[in-house]
Amino acid sequence: MAIVEAKNIKKTYLQGKVKVEALRGVNLMVDKAEFVALAGPSGSGKTTLLNIIGGLDLPDSGNVIVGNNDFAKMNPSGLASLRLHKIGFVFQAFNLIPVLSAIENVEYVMLLQGVPKTERYDRAKAILDDVGLEKKYDRRPAELSGGQQQRVAIARAIVSGPAIVLADEPTANLDSKTGEGLVLMMEKMNKEKNVTFIFSTHDNMVMEYARRLVTIKDGLIVNDEKKN
Amino acid sequence: MPIELKMAWRNIWRNPRRTLLTISAIAFASMILVFMLSFQLGCYETMINTSVKISTGHLQVQAKGYLNDKKMRLVIKDPGQVARVLDTIQGIDAYTFRASGFALVSSDKRTYGVVVTGIDPIREASVSTIKSLVRKGTYLTEDDETTALIGEHLSNNLKVDVNDELIILGQGRDGSIAAAVLTIKGIFNSGIDEFDRNVIMMGLKGFQEIFSMGRTVHQTIITADSLGDVSMVQQEIQNNFSKTKEDEYLAIPDWMEIMPGLLQGIQIDLVSGIIMYIILIIVVAFSIFNTFLMAMFERTREFGIMIAIGTTPSRITKIVMFESGCMTIVGIILGIVIGSLATLYFQSKGIYIAGTEDILKQYGLPDRLYPRLSMISASAGPLVVLVITFVSSVFPALKIRKLKPVEAMNNI
Amino acid sequence: MYAILAWRNIWRNPRRTIVILLAVIIGVWSMIFLGSLMRGMETQMVRNSISTLTGSIQIHHRDYRNDPVVENSMDDIDNLDKALSTSLGQGGALWAKRIRVNAVASNARHSGGVILVGIEPEKEAKISFIGKAVTSGRYLKSEDKNKIIVGRAFLKKFNTKIGNKLILMSQDTKKEIASKAFRIVGIFSAESESVEKQFIFVPISQADGMLKMGDKISEVSIILPRLDITGKEETRIARKLKAAISNDTYHVETWQQLLPMINAYLEMSGFFLYIWYFVVFVAMGFGIVNTTLMAIFERMREFGLMKALGMKPFQVIKGVVTETFFLLVIGITVGNILGFLSVAAIARNGIDLSALAAGVEMWGIPRKLYPEIWAQDVAVAGLVVLVLGLLVSLYPAFKAARFTPTQAMRKY
Repeated sequence: MAIVEAKNIKKTYLQGKVKVEALRGVNLMVDKAEFVALAGPSGSGKTTLLNIIGGLDLPDSGNVIVGNNDFAKMNPSGLASLRLHKIGFVFQAFNLIPVLSAIENVEYVMLLQGVPKTERYDRAKAILDDVGLEKKYDRRPAELSGGQQQRVAIARAIVSGPAIVLADEPTANLDSKTGEGLVLMMEKMNKEKNVTFIFSTHDNMVMEYARRLVTIKDGLIVNDEKKN
Repeated sequence: MPIELKMAWRNIWRNPRRTLLTISAIAFASMILVFMLSFQLGCYETMINTSVKISTGHLQVQAKGYLNDKKMRLVIKDPGQVARVLDTIQGIDAYTFRASGFALVSSDKRTYGVVVTGIDPIREASVSTIKSLVRKGTYLTEDDETTALIGEHLSNNLKVDVNDELIILGQGRDGSIAAAVLTIKGIFNSGIDEFDRNVIMMGLKGFQEIFSMGRTVHQTIITADSLGDVSMVQQEIQNNFSKTKEDEYLAIPDWMEIMPGLLQGIQIDLVSGIIMYIILIIVVAFSIFNTFLMAMFERTREFGIMIAIGTTPSRITKIVMFESGCMTIVGIILGIVIGSLATLYFQSKGIYIAGTEDILKQYGLPDRLYPRLSMISASAGPLVVLVITFVSSVFPALKIRKLKPVEAMNNI
Repeated sequence: MYAILAWRNIWRNPRRTIVILLAVIIGVWSMIFLGSLMRGMETQMVRNSISTLTGSIQIHHRDYRNDPVVENSMDDIDNLDKALSTSLGQGGALWAKRIRVNAVASNARHSGGVILVGIEPEKEAKISFIGKAVTSGRYLKSEDKNKIIVGRAFLKKFNTKIGNKLILMSQDTKKEIASKAFRIVGIFSAESESVEKQFIFVPISQADGMLKMGDKISEVSIILPRLDITGKEETRIARKLKAAISNDTYHVETWQQLLPMINAYLEMSGFFLYIWYFVVFVAMGFGIVNTTLMAIFERMREFGLMKALGMKPFQVIKGVVTETFFLLVIGITVGNILGFLSVAAIARNGIDLSALAAGVEMWGIPRKLYPEIWAQDVAVAGLVVLVLGLLVSLYPAFKAARFTPTQAMRKY
């Protein structure tokens, strides 16, 4: 059973006075535990597609089903709840809440979900250890390097066992070595926790690690190949 | 502690300078309000107490109609009975009797029209300050029947001094001529020109004799234990009188009815003060409104991400309101503390403003003004600041509800 | 170039600019509006007093003010007349002579102390309120014999009416008690009840006859065509007059000297008004600093860039201060406009305080408040806000000048 089913997604938006057709009929099916890269130049529609899959934005036409939840049948608060429990996000930058420490940032999502205090703390600790940040629990984002911040973001995204994790150009602000380390971390999480990863990128190095590469150009999928 | 509060507190210290400026603005307004209100209320209290102590007392018992028209024949027929009633009432500090009448007073050189008042020297001393205002000569004693105290201005106008004689000529209660020779025993100075120019005081017994009053008097002056007890005492006396039907011909006006000018004058001053305070608070509110607004707009992207990962807009609203709330409360507390300290300092030292002594004297105020800290003065102003600041923080907070995550995140 | 840049910069964030503008506008508006109410009240107070017999300038025997009795009268009438016409003839000033002494008025029902004023009816009508104040019956004529006009409150107090008799007693020049019966022909009403109760008017010839004055007078009261609230004009003319009267026993005094209380009040309130201005400024000052700080931090990169391109720190400071300058100028201008408009709105009808008549009477303020804008206040308000506003904007300006390009880039 596909964990993500996106059918015929179309989306147009206004940039100033200009109409931009971001997606012109995209079809995508992703299975559980896949490690998918959305590749394409800037402006190809990757971010828009991710936002729509994640329920952050609504398509003009077409339909999305994530983990058996049909977006068309859900109201905004239902979508919000879905995002909270089932979907993890990692953005290119500004992922973390500046005034919370690393462990608090990870705990935050669980708090929103209603997880009791002690359990939150233990799980947050565990996941931070997993991503290699054992000594940095109490550091604030300003005290962490770019790569460390992104790792905290990943930890937060997967700590509650979401169905999918969506990452929008997660390595764009990092140097190549750190970026590579980050992708390896994502791969590790994907394999260990069986969490589906869909990430957008235009970095060749990152694309190397993907087990499935979906290429988008001008709002349409032009290539979709599984690698080994 | 709820996560929102923790985040709010940390958030406000992200920009310490801005937060400190905001807190200072709120503290400034609160401090000024505490001090000014204490000052105003302190002055009013002094004014009321002075007037009360010099002439009117907290309340009086009089014949009905005497308040509007001081006719000789409107008397309290049985002061003894009134005394018996008053002795049973709690809350009364002291009382005394007086009788007054208009008369011509002549010295060797001059004649003037004055009001002659008969007082009970012993009781009067515990009700009014007249004894302490005698500057030359001595106060009256119980046995004095033909001696008098006169005001300083009057003694100057009549060109007399202690031990000189005055002839008084007036009309008695029964319409007969009231005439007598009085010897000046003391000269008083209350600071209030009106009083010092127009009043002669003599022993009550002597007055009653000269003006054919018999045992009757015109006024019973009563001081209560405190200003707050006045209406209770008034009510009790009223109850007593209605039992004995004395309320048919006796009235019990309180100081506010006797001197409506004083109360209204205070009201006018208070209202004008309040108007100025409100304007001040509004200016401060607009001053800091920007802080709340900007603090919110700067973090639009941050809010967008928080919504994306699952935070509800109302939770974010809560955080933002807590932020304004924290700053406001810290500011108010600071303002109350500093304001109260300043007030207490001047409460003991008094404030002296050069050039105002003469004016103050006329209103019965001493030359130093004393603010007085009270629960009201310490909290009323800051409370209004709290409310208005709260109102001004609501608007930015409401804007958060309309945030769409994608737009927000793209915001730079 | 600075001006254009500064102007456009303020409007980069219209909402923020408007909010702080509102703080300044409200602050300045309040300064103008409250100031005008206060000044209007003061001027009205002085006008009332002058019209209620005090006059712009008065001439008395030097002992008269301390002891207003017939002994202290002026007899050198010819000299006075000459001095008056030579010093005042051209300026449009008017004057009248009066006899004024304390007296006792009585009728069958009441007696009390009053101030007897003997007037020259035609001349008096032009210099004081009494000419227009008669509300029933009629005003006096100089040929009237034994006629008197009294105040409305007096009528009530003495329980009498037009046409009834009133007996006046006072000490004459022979040190005996003179008494004379008068008939009431007119009732006047005045701003304050105490004026209505105290003053009674007769033709000067009648007072003269009754008191055996032999053409001597108590005072000359002079009205100048315009009131100078600072009293300088009156002082100048008084001095001229004094020089013209070569009699040392006569004093020429201005309303400032005759009404020391009001004068002291005027000075005091001016002082407090400016303190209030300062307080309001501090309230808006916090907002100005905060807003400007936020504005420059937002443009940190830009400032860094400009410095990299060669802009000197002084030029950066100048730029920021110019922005604040525009802000303040707009705020002051709009605040002034609002101030003028709101004053104009109530200037026609004034603010009616007669509901609180007793309180108004206590403070001696007029019953209807007409605001008056003083150029001096407008200038001070504008100056305080502008100068101090520019001063506090120096702090953020200096901060902006210190941004280095690399620092700026790194932060973002």
